[in-house]
Amino acid sequence: MLEITGLTGGYGDKNIVKDVSFTVNKGSILGILGPNGSGKSTLMKLISGVLPAASGEVQIDGKSIADFPAKELARKMAVLPQLHAHAFAHTVRETVSLGRYPHQGGWFSSWSEEDEQAVVEAMCLMDISHYEKTQIDRMSGGEQQRVFVAQALAQDAGILLLDEPTNHLDINHQKELLDTIKKQAIEKDLTIVSIFHDINLASMYCDQLLLLDAGSVVRIGEPHEVVRERDIEMVYNTRVSNHPHPELPKPQITLLPGVERESASVRIRAEEFDINDGMVLYQSPIPLKTVSSAVVNAGSGWFRNFMNRHVDAFYNINDSVKEMSEFIEQSGLKTTDTVGMMTAVQTQDAIVKEYEGPFGSVVIAVTAGAGNGVDVSKAVERTLRVGTINTWILVNGILSDEAFIQAMITATEAKTKALQQEQIKDPLTGTIATGTSTDSCLVAATQQGEHLPYAGPITELGKLIGVGVFECTIEALKLYQMAKAKSV
Amino acid sequence: MSKNVLAYSVSLLILAGAVLLGVTVGTVSISPVVLWNPSSDEAAANILWNIRMPRVILAGLVGAALAIAGAAFQGLLKNPLADPYTLGVSSGASVGAVMTLFFGITIPFLGPFTLPVMSMIGALLTMLAVMSFAKLVDRSMKMETVILTGIIFSSFLGSIISLMIALTGEELRQIIGWLLGSVSMRGWPYVRMALPFVLIGSFVLWLKRRELNAMLFGEERAQHLGVDVRKSKMAILIGGSVLTGAAVSVSGTIGFVGLVVPHMTRLLWGSDHRHVLPLSFINGAALLIICDLVSRTIISPTELPIGVITAFIGAPVFAFIFFRQRKGGA
Repeated sequence: MLEITGLTGGYGDKNIVKDVSFTVNKGSILGILGPNGSGKSTLMKLISGVLPAASGEVQIDGKSIADFPAKELARKMAVLPQLHAHAFAHTVRETVSLGRYPHQGGWFSSWSEEDEQAVVEAMCLMDISHYEKTQIDRMSGGEQQRVFVAQALAQDAGILLLDEPTNHLDINHQKELLDTIKKQAIEKDLTIVSIFHDINLASMYCDQLLLLDAGSVVRIGEPHEVVRERDIEMVYNTRVSNHPHPELPKPQITLLPGVERESASVRIRAEEFDINDGMVLYQSPIPLKTVSSAVVNAGSGWFRNFMNRHVDAFYNINDSVKEMSEFIEQSGLKTTDTVGMMTAVQTQDAIVKEYEGPFGSVVIAVTAGAGNGVDVSKAVERTLRVGTINTWILVNGILSDEAFIQAMITATEAKTKALQQEQIKDPLTGTIATGTSTDSCLVAATQQGEHLPYAGPITELGKLIGVGVFECTIEALKLYQMAKAKSV
Repeated sequence: MSKNVLAYSVSLLILAGAVLLGVTVGTVSISPVVLWNPSSDEAAANILWNIRMPRVILAGLVGAALAIAGAAFQGLLKNPLADPYTLGVSSGASVGAVMTLFFGITIPFLGPFTLPVMSMIGALLTMLAVMSFAKLVDRSMKMETVILTGIIFSSFLGSIISLMIALTGEELRQIIGWLLGSVSMRGWPYVRMALPFVLIGSFVLWLKRRELNAMLFGEERAQHLGVDVRKSKMAILIGGSVLTGAAVSVSGTIGFVGLVVPHMTRLLWGSDHRHVLPLSFINGAALLIICDLVSRTIISPTELPIGVITAFIGAPVFAFIFFRQRKGGA
């Protein structure tokens, strides 16, 4: 356990680090964050004892580091400094072996089995065993970094202090190295303190974070307590946006650039939709912020092309994502820039309409097939069959995250109301259907013009969505029924 | 492991060869048989044991001392151009020795050891002064800064020596010859004078072999690894000064041995001080024995000062290392 209380110090009379206190338990990792010149490295030097503290104390398992002889301290605490140039050539093995220095004593003491094992294991962990005989000055910065991490690991100390361990590493090796260190922390019960440049990496791997500014602690705690937009923006003096990690319960940040190319002012219009018997296609001059349940590129993202493709009723659904992606590419569009939906409905029967409101306008596009109407309240009784109502809501305005979700709710309610109006029945239960079995919805916005924070049914935007989706769905259902009547 | 066995075998073999050549070749050729059978040729045995053997051993001791001291200074300063000569430590030792002769100093209890001890004190003081001044000029102690400081001190100390020589009568003019470096006509007493200090100094440095390895990565890094940097630094400075003082007091200033030998040793066998130090010791001995042999045979019967030979080899090596360090980006 590492315990730091009121640590203050720096070079000469100038105290760079001021009154820093924290505790790191065995098996956990504390990450130190802070802008350049915030005193991160100085704090590290004070903790490692290279710089004497002006006041305050660093304790290892209750004993002050000042009371440890140099060698004993090195057996308790290993340090990875930032890389420096070297005047003499050393092989990887020689360098890693040096980590065993504090374990060797006496005048003639020789290399023990334990020393050998620690060195081999450390080289293995850092994936440098095959470089064993290589001179480190001939290696890349990233490889050298791994050699020095191996040296620190070979030291076999309970506490590890790391100064930017992922410096010079590519993303694969950043991940590998931090995975290894985290694994070591858990398996060997190590106490780890590490400086990080990358806030997201720190958030992912650390149990605790410490945000340092001008030598003082701004915030300390779990990542969700420290990686907060306001604190990060203040300390780093940079605009950022906070969002969750896709897999881990850890916050991540994204930089918001200060300079942006002015993008052309764009308005989505119903006339710009290309409607034919193969598909409904809208191509926007700028990427739209999109949330959808499409086949290709579902979820959220920024896309230029929006495709609702006609497939016949016997389309093989297995592997539809791959087939659809290929279709998009064949159409001369890029899969990475296109949201792709499918429908068995005749796409020339699509309804596309524009609705004007005081803030701007909304374009609604609907294709509806009601062959497999489902009463969602009785859905447990049935097996899968295909049917589709695809609803697009394209907004000329700036939507908030809430507005995207509310737009979906409003659209769904309007759709259900339309089905009710048209008396579409669930053929199995005979009750009024609320949708079909594979309906999709898409909300996209230009993110230009007015800010629209909400899209509930009584907001200006919600009103347009409600009316628009209701009207378009009814029209589409009527066309569908006419087409069905004709074909019978 | 086998690489180390090879390294030591080759080095010892070369040393044995150098000793054998050193005692048998000369104005009078002596058969090696005389070595183990002195009665075969009484006159030759007399030359071999009373003139050539002490000369060869002294050359060996001086070479070994300068080489191992050079290796240690280079490690301590992380500077491949450092050696007792380029750092000005040899000049400091010379001042100590010349002062002893000039003022006729004899320290009680030390007797004949006064000369080497005064040399060592001169060496240590100079080393401390050079290091402090270099650090004052440039905190990071860049290679060039340290060497330039060494040259400044060397020149200054050299002028003090010249002054003392000018102030003395004819009898000390021989000091000039001695200053150029030579191991001729010294005999066994000089061997006895240098031997204990060479052994003690080398042993002190050898004890610090692992600390030197760690310090190559910088003093801060060494401290992280558990080295008591202040104590180790002091031990290495004292060890190196003892060796330089001992060497200079018996042979004068012989340059570049401490530069060439560790460099070659590292090039051939790697830079692990656990081996660089002992191998430099052996190779330094061999090199100086061979240089001495060349100096007294190349324009025989006239003898060249041995420092001429070492500088002839050493200066180009110095230039080469300097070039490589600058171009290597280190």
